[in-house]
Formats: sequence, structure tokens, C-alpha cells
Amino acid sequence: MLRFSWTRFLAVLKKEFIHIRRDRASLIMAIAMPLGMLLLFGYAVNTDVEHLPTVVWDQSQTQESRDFVSSVRNTQYMDPDYYVSGYKQIENYLDSGKARAAVIIPPDFGKQLQEQQASVQVLVDGSDPTIARAVTSAVQMLGFDKSLKLQSQRLASMGISGGTTLPLDIETRVWYNPDMKSRNFNIPALIGLILQNVIAMLTSFSIVREKERGTMEQLIVTPIRSLELLLGKLLPFVLIGFVSLSLILVTGIFWFGVMPMGSIPLLVLLSTIFLFTILAIGLLISSIAKTQLQAMQMTFILILPSILLSGFVFPRETMPKLLQLMGGLLPLTYFLEIVRGIFLKGVGLQFLWQDTLALCLFAVILLAVASKKFKKNLD
Amino acid sequence: MSLAIDCQGLIKRFGTYTAVQDVTFQIPQGAIMGFVGPNGAGKTTTIRMLCGVLVPTDGKATVLGFDVKSQPEDIKQRIGYMSQKFSLYDDLTVAENLAFYAGVYNLRGKEAALQKKRVVERIGLGERTSQLVSSLSGGWKQRVALACALLHSPQLLVLDEPTAGVDPVSRRIFWDIIHQLAEEGMTILVSTHYMDEAASCDYLGFVFYGRLIAFGSPEEMKQREGKETLDDLFIYYVEREASEDPRNTKAGSGGAG
Repeated sequence: MLRFSWTRFLAVLKKEFIHIRRDRASLIMAIAMPLGMLLLFGYAVNTDVEHLPTVVWDQSQTQESRDFVSSVRNTQYMDPDYYVSGYKQIENYLDSGKARAAVIIPPDFGKQLQEQQASVQVLVDGSDPTIARAVTSAVQMLGFDKSLKLQSQRLASMGISGGTTLPLDIETRVWYNPDMKSRNFNIPALIGLILQNVIAMLTSFSIVREKERGTMEQLIVTPIRSLELLLGKLLPFVLIGFVSLSLILVTGIFWFGVMPMGSIPLLVLLSTIFLFTILAIGLLISSIAKTQLQAMQMTFILILPSILLSGFVFPRETMPKLLQLMGGLLPLTYFLEIVRGIFLKGVGLQFLWQDTLALCLFAVILLAVASKKFKKNLD
Repeated sequence: MSLAIDCQGLIKRFGTYTAVQDVTFQIPQGAIMGFVGPNGAGKTTTIRMLCGVLVPTDGKATVLGFDVKSQPEDIKQRIGYMSQKFSLYDDLTVAENLAFYAGVYNLRGKEAALQKKRVVERIGLGERTSQLVSSLSGGWKQRVALACALLHSPQLLVLDEPTAGVDPVSRRIFWDIIHQLAEEGMTILVSTHYMDEAASCDYLGFVFYGRLIAFGSPEEMKQREGKETLDDLFIYYVEREASEDPRNTKAGSGGAG
């Protein structure tokens, strides 16, 4: 009587698939939510600073000043599309947000440039520090480049050769993501975030629904064992998890062009472990929540720390110790290391084993606690 | 005749609150036993203990010869349970619900098909098998729920307010089936608020504030207190007990569970 019964397990499994097939909302959530989130995050969460609208007050109106403006455009960071005359108008553009930066060229720019030192003023809208920092460093680079070129021209005209070489040259090269595209950083991480939200929500829904309808009460009176019920209810969501995972992978690779550098089978394997921790989280939510609405709210509460503390957007290294520790309590944190490691660096288990171990630990502990709680509820 | 339920001094406490206090009764196989009493009197708690779902705090009970504390799994496989809340899956058809519960009771293959056919004929569900449960009326849902509870040919059928909120015609049809099942030897344990249903039981137990204050056949009980109808008897009991109950002297401290 106490033995695991395949008949009972299969009965639950079959019923669960019928539920999923008939429940449009769940089906849509399983397919549309990953796609929606992917498109949303893929396009909106973009920390790349490019083509900022820029306003120019060119008081010089010379060949030199026009050259300078076009070299500003060539940095790709700024689009000097608006031309004005006077500070009042510049203020207007920055206040209204029509422009994020302003370039002010003095009347004697051309002359000063030839003779001694010309100065250009650049005003930056610093309300977004990321933008301000990028613009500042871009124009400083530009100024440095231009100066160097002019200096060597002057030296050459004075008959001094070899002045073009700098005493110290720092050569920087960016590895793993050479174009520094934030999309390459975000899309792999989205696999974790999307899986977590969709699967945790669907899993908790499917169990809480039985409580809401009163069918759980009926099941308690039947000889079904908690393990049979648990496996029968969770297995369909493992499958849905794989569907979501492949959907995200395919869209990420073919639509956003983010190619994984490492092994895809390894990625799928480690994603499966992550999936189990997510199922356990869904199970835990369902043991606390009494209604589907509560379950939904709990999953949403989980989203914010998952985005902020896991290293999804902000690097964990710069966080205060306490927040680092809190981030360490999220399975997503470890999965992000894994998924970015495989996607961007193309590394294997020899570098990812610690995160993998942490993930396995989470899976085992969470599943044990969740199924114990589930069993207690059932008895 | 062997006993279907033998209940000796059953007690259930939730913390300091005593939901069921010293309940003792016996019913033979093939009998219909009715539980009556106000809401929150402890009918459901007693029923759940007898089903092997709740562990009694104290006392002893055997159901179909199995101990409720040590052999709940044996009991669960041999009883059918149906509650007021029609525990069916709305988004499944009648046939799918039957198939699910057949599986849950470990019926497979030919046996499952045979039993499904048997209950469908018995309850008269033939034309409804492909219908979604959500499209059925309350009376039909109740009959499907009964069919699900009968799939594994239980020896004891437990019905917790099975006809609450069901129209009179459906109630009549339902009770006709219950009486037939009892005649065939199935023991029935039912809780109800309807006195006409209570009158048709072989045994009645009157539950009030967790205690079984009267037990016997409906005729016996009426005679004992000199009452014409069960309605009168019910009201007499409630008034007598309520005036004696210390909890009622303090306003607003009604029982729960």
C-alpha cells in the first residue's frame, strides 16, 4: 500500500496536461511571457550610450568649428542636430530634455586653434550619471585626439620629426564582449530571470488552484501519496521550462544575434539544475499562498531583488557587504555567473564548478524543505 | 453482524480548543448513519478522523476493522468520500474526472474501464460523459462526484453534507441511490442539515459543541424525548444544550471548526 504507484502518478500527470491544454492563460503565460520579457528587456534595458541628441551653439562659424562638430558626430555618442545661438536657448533644450548635451564654440575658435589654445565648452545633462559619464569621457577623448594631431602638425611644420609618438601609450583591449554591447550582457541573464518568473508562477498556480477549488481536500481522503502527487504536478512544468528555455535561446541567438561562445549542452544541463530550484521556489510559494492572487504577488515580490541583487544589472562587487550576502541567497545569482560564463566567456565546468555546486545545494535544500512542507499540508 | 465503525471516546483538540469531545458510537455494516447538528459542532472533524485524515488526540476508532491511527492508508483505499464542495475538476470532462479518480484509486486497464462503465450506468451519466463539469448543474455535479467516490467499490461511503444547496428533485434522486447502495451492503456515513434526510437514516447521531449528545434510531430518539417530529427534537436539543453551555453566557464566543 505504501509503495509508489505508477497508476496514481500517471493519473495526476495526465490530468495536469489536460489542465494546461485547456487553460489558455497558462499557455499564453508559458509562451508569451518569455517572449514579451525578452523583447522588453532586450530593447529597453540598454545601458549603451549612443546618439544622444546634442545642441550646438557655434559662434565661430568657420571651417574649423564645422570640422569640430562633425568629429563630435563621428564619436557616435552624440548627434549634434540642433543649432542655436545663445545660452537661453541651450537652457531651453536641456531643460525640456530635447537635448542631453550642448557644445558651445567661442567666436574666436578658428583663430585660437591656429595660434595657442582654443577652448570648447560642453554642457552635459547629469541627471542620468551613466549618460553624463559616457559623454564626458567621449568628449575628453576627442579633445585629446584632436590636440595630439594638431600638436604633431605644429611640430612637423617647425621641422621637428618624431613628435607624433607619445612617451606612454596604454593599449586597452576588451575581452569577451569587445563591442561592449549591453545586450550581450543582458540576454543570457534573461534566461535565468524569465525562467524564474514564469515557472515559479505557473507551478505555484497549479498547486494553489487545487486548494482554492477544494480538490486538494478530496485528494487528501484518497490513498494518493504526496510523492506521487508532487511528481505528477511538477513534471509538466519541467517540460514547460524546457520549452521556455529553448524559446529564449532561439530568440536570443537568431533575433538578437547573441551567440553562446561555450557549450550549449552544458548550458542546458546547468539550466535544468536551476529549473529544479525554481520548481522548489514555486512549491514553497504554493505552501504559503492560499489563493492564486497571493501566489502571483509573492512571485512579483521576488522579481525586484532578483533584478537588483543578483548582478543582473549592477555588479555585485560594488555593493555593500549586507546586500552582497542577500544576493548570495538567490539561486539566480549563481545561475547568472554560469550563464554569462558560458555565453560570453565560453568557459566550462573547470571555472563554473563553484557556482554549479551552489546551485545543486540550493536545489537539494529547497526541494527537501518544499516537499516536506507540501507533505505536511497534505496530511 | 460485524461493525463498520467502532468509535470509542474519540477526542480532537486544536491547541486549547476541543473540537471533538469523547465521541462513542458503533454502526453495523450496511447501515446508514446520519450526523446532525449545527454548523461548527464538530461533524466534519469527526468525519475526517474516521477517514484517517486527521489524527485523533485521544481515544480509539476502527473503521472497517482498521485502526484510524495506525492504518489510515488501508482505510483510505476502502472508503469513498464526497463533500458539499463537489471536489471535481471544472475544466475536465465527466469522463476525464472519472479516469483521474480511477487512477488515484489505483485502478488500471480493464478493471478501470469496467468500473467506470459500472458507475456511469448506475448513476445514469451515460449521455454526459463528454461534457465539461463546469457546464453541469449543481445536481449533476453532485452525481458525478458520487460516481467518482464509488469507482473503487468502497465498503464505506462518507458523505459530508452532500446535498447542501442542491434542488429537491436532485436530492430525491441522490437519496434513492444512497438507499439502494445501503441495501446492497454498503455502509453510509452522512452529515446533513435536512431533517427529511435524517429521518431516513437507520441511525442518527446528534452532535453539539463537539459532543455526541444523542445516538439511536430516529424513532427511538423521538420517543425518548416525547417529540412528534425530528424538527422539534432538533430544536429541543439545541435549546437545552445551549442554555447549559457556559460558552453561551459570554456573548460572541461561538465555536469554530
